[in-house]
Amino acid sequence: MLSKIKSCGLVGIDGYIVEVETDISSGIPAFEIVGLGDTAVRESKERVRAAIKNTGLEFPVRRITINLAPANQRKEGSAFDLSIALGILTATEQVNNPALDKYLFIGELSLDGEVKPVNGILPMAICALNAGIENIVLPIANADEAAVVRGLNVLPIRNISEIINHLNGEKPIDRYYIDIEGIFSSNINHELDFADVKGQANVKRALEVAASGAHNCIMVGSPGSGKTMVAKRLPSILPSMTFEEALEVTKIHSIAGILPQKTSLITNRPFRSPHHTISDISLIGGGKYPRPGEISLAHYGVLFLDEVPEFSKDALEVLRQPLEDGVVTISRVNASLSYPAKAMLVLAANPCKCGNFLDNTKQCTCTPKQVQQYLGKLSGPLLDRIDIHIEVASVKYKELESDKEEEKSALIRERVNKARKIQLDRYKGLKIFSNSQLQPAMINKFCRLDDKGKELLRSAFDRLGLSARAHNRILKVARTIADMEESGEIKLAHLAEAIQYRSLDRRFWNG
Amino acid sequence: MGQHLIHWVWLNSVPGIGARRASQLLEYFECPENIWNARKEELSRLPFLTRKTIENLMDKKIRDESEKHLERIYNHKIKVITIKDDLYPCYLKSIYDAPPLLFVKGQVEKDEKTIAIVGSRRATSYGLDMAERIGYELSKLGVTVVSGMARGIDSRAHSGSLKAGGRTLAVLGCGLDTVYPPENKPLMQRIEESGAVISEYLPGVKPVAQNFPARNRIISGISLGVVIIEANEKSGSLITADFALEQGREVFAVPGNITSSNSKGTNKLIREGAKIVTDIDDILEEIKVHRSSNNKEHRLVVKKPQFDGLDSDERIIAEQLSIEPTHIDLLAEKSKINIQEMNAILIMMELRGIVEQLPGKIFKLKE
Repeated sequence: MLSKIKSCGLVGIDGYIVEVETDISSGIPAFEIVGLGDTAVRESKERVRAAIKNTGLEFPVRRITINLAPANQRKEGSAFDLSIALGILTATEQVNNPALDKYLFIGELSLDGEVKPVNGILPMAICALNAGIENIVLPIANADEAAVVRGLNVLPIRNISEIINHLNGEKPIDRYYIDIEGIFSSNINHELDFADVKGQANVKRALEVAASGAHNCIMVGSPGSGKTMVAKRLPSILPSMTFEEALEVTKIHSIAGILPQKTSLITNRPFRSPHHTISDISLIGGGKYPRPGEISLAHYGVLFLDEVPEFSKDALEVLRQPLEDGVVTISRVNASLSYPAKAMLVLAANPCKCGNFLDNTKQCTCTPKQVQQYLGKLSGPLLDRIDIHIEVASVKYKELESDKEEEKSALIRERVNKARKIQLDRYKGLKIFSNSQLQPAMINKFCRLDDKGKELLRSAFDRLGLSARAHNRILKVARTIADMEESGEIKLAHLAEAIQYRSLDRRFWNG
Repeated sequence: MGQHLIHWVWLNSVPGIGARRASQLLEYFECPENIWNARKEELSRLPFLTRKTIENLMDKKIRDESEKHLERIYNHKIKVITIKDDLYPCYLKSIYDAPPLLFVKGQVEKDEKTIAIVGSRRATSYGLDMAERIGYELSKLGVTVVSGMARGIDSRAHSGSLKAGGRTLAVLGCGLDTVYPPENKPLMQRIEESGAVISEYLPGVKPVAQNFPARNRIISGISLGVVIIEANEKSGSLITADFALEQGREVFAVPGNITSSNSKGTNKLIREGAKIVTDIDDILEEIKVHRSSNNKEHRLVVKKPQFDGLDSDERIIAEQLSIEPTHIDLLAEKSKINIQEMNAILIMMELRGIVEQLPGKIFKLKE
């Protein structure tokens, strides 16, 4: 007797259909699973056996062979448990349903027959829809996530007997619905608001510019000056995510298994802040069983590296390519997969080893050489990808106490949205979306300066000792500032402000 | 001078023989060669020598080393001036523990008006500014500026003097083959070219802590007066001030903000009777340098800043900055100009040389 059941595996951030073929024949009793499964897949034998038995059904004492097709693709995880169990039950005719090929089964079994949640449900559901499958059967804890996919019947179950009753027509399971639009629009809320940040007018302004052009930035300031506080609020002024963006972010988080319980969709831009002891692999992704790294988890959001000079050199170096391409490619002998990684990079650093170089109230105990060396650890190629430099000063107690109303994030976000829209319209058909992605050839086209502007830039280079790498960055940022004011051409004031955001290029940092 | 010099170098390298012992020995034996040739019995009769020191004086190994010292001196193109040389700075010669030997890179002049400028290594921008300005103005008036080439005030005093094209002397606490602090390598080169770098230590001596107080006595000894800019309560600069008093030199102190720890030392000196420096004339008076009566330009205190050619926004900013250096946020708040315009205006003013940006987005008026 033979049965075929559909399930789903994952490669990268996408699912693919796995056919679970079960053959039961006479012979010495045995239970074999083939099809390049990892340990979790091989161990499912024991879970399946116990679950079937403990549900009060019969486990055949015969020769059972399971094949997970395509058999040449590596499979991992416990999500195949449910389909293997149903394959055996179908092959022994304990389950009878002629329309089984319209179902896809996902779920891990516990020994008593309960169905437990697994990771990566969203990409699997999308894959099912694309493969023309009508019904997806999954653990109830994963129902919200799958219900986001329109056009798919989501059938959540608690235990294996529920699905058997459903398939045998005894007790059908209700289709699970959620109000996607409702969730999408109501869920956008930011607990952290820029209104909480007192003072820091120039830091806020710089971040608004950064958000408006999706520019990577670095904040330099003494410990306690509020770098982390403002960085955490950055997602709240970024443009709201579109549904497609939200879907993609949720997919990645689902695969990584960090989607919070009962969450159907991530609607706020992610903010990831890995500790500086992070390895290069966990930062960009990879490993024996590849997982998305922090930069992919920050996709469409913010990757914040606090105390960036403390990060290992390797970790920072591997960031360069993904920052450029917006995608991480992981190559293995038998496969290569990619994770999207379009994150805005925000770095924070103390100005020196002791941290007090910029603090007027405390004494810096570093020698000039140490000051120079500290930020010197950041490699040129990494700094080359940073458009905006922000110096953060400590807020005086007086300002913390003040009742002055600070601007709300929502207001700032509106302005940012406007500036982004101008960029989207301008770069239509160019495969870029924001000023930060401008390539040198495009800079010549879109960031033209008049003679006065050229003169200003030249004298800035002469007098302020800016390094050559500053040139294009200043132009891009000036373009963004002009967009924020809805100005077609870059005016002198825009250019002048952009020059202010290159403080690390100045001589006093270089000794 | 080779053969003759080796005895000097030897005397300088004997453990237990410092500046004071050396001068006592020289008084008795007249020249180092006689000390070299002196018999043990003769040396034992001198009350100021311990047995250990006498052993060192007779030690063959130490004598053999002298050759190497001499070689190193030649290799590094270091000049040696002995206390018996005419070139030996005359003010320095008069102090109680004048070093018998000076190692020099650059040019020493016999009679020059010298003023030392010393101060904190971790100075405020005010202190650094004053160091540079006093160094500059003194040099413009033909005074040689002496300092220790340390970080902070010292370095700025030297560079102020160099800017004015004047002579400046740096006294080091280590051998002249070492640049300390290392980042001052270019500065040291420029000082050698338009002045001199001086040390009493043989090449190869490292900048260890105990050398610096001894170095300070040379700084004050070689100068007519010592100007102290910024020193906290336990500063090496105060040691220099003490030496200066012992040696009968003038002590000047630049007053500072009473809330700043960097001014505690200098303000204390003023309270105890050091001459307060409120303008360059305060220094000139004491060392009998007179400026020609119509020369009014060299002043430390700048006239009220000129706001000609500034528009109204710029004028508001300049007026605020003339009170004190200010952070951009505060500047925006006080002048009611929004932050993006402020950013633009400040960069324009900076490019026109009206303001200067300090680390941390703090702006100050440029003179």
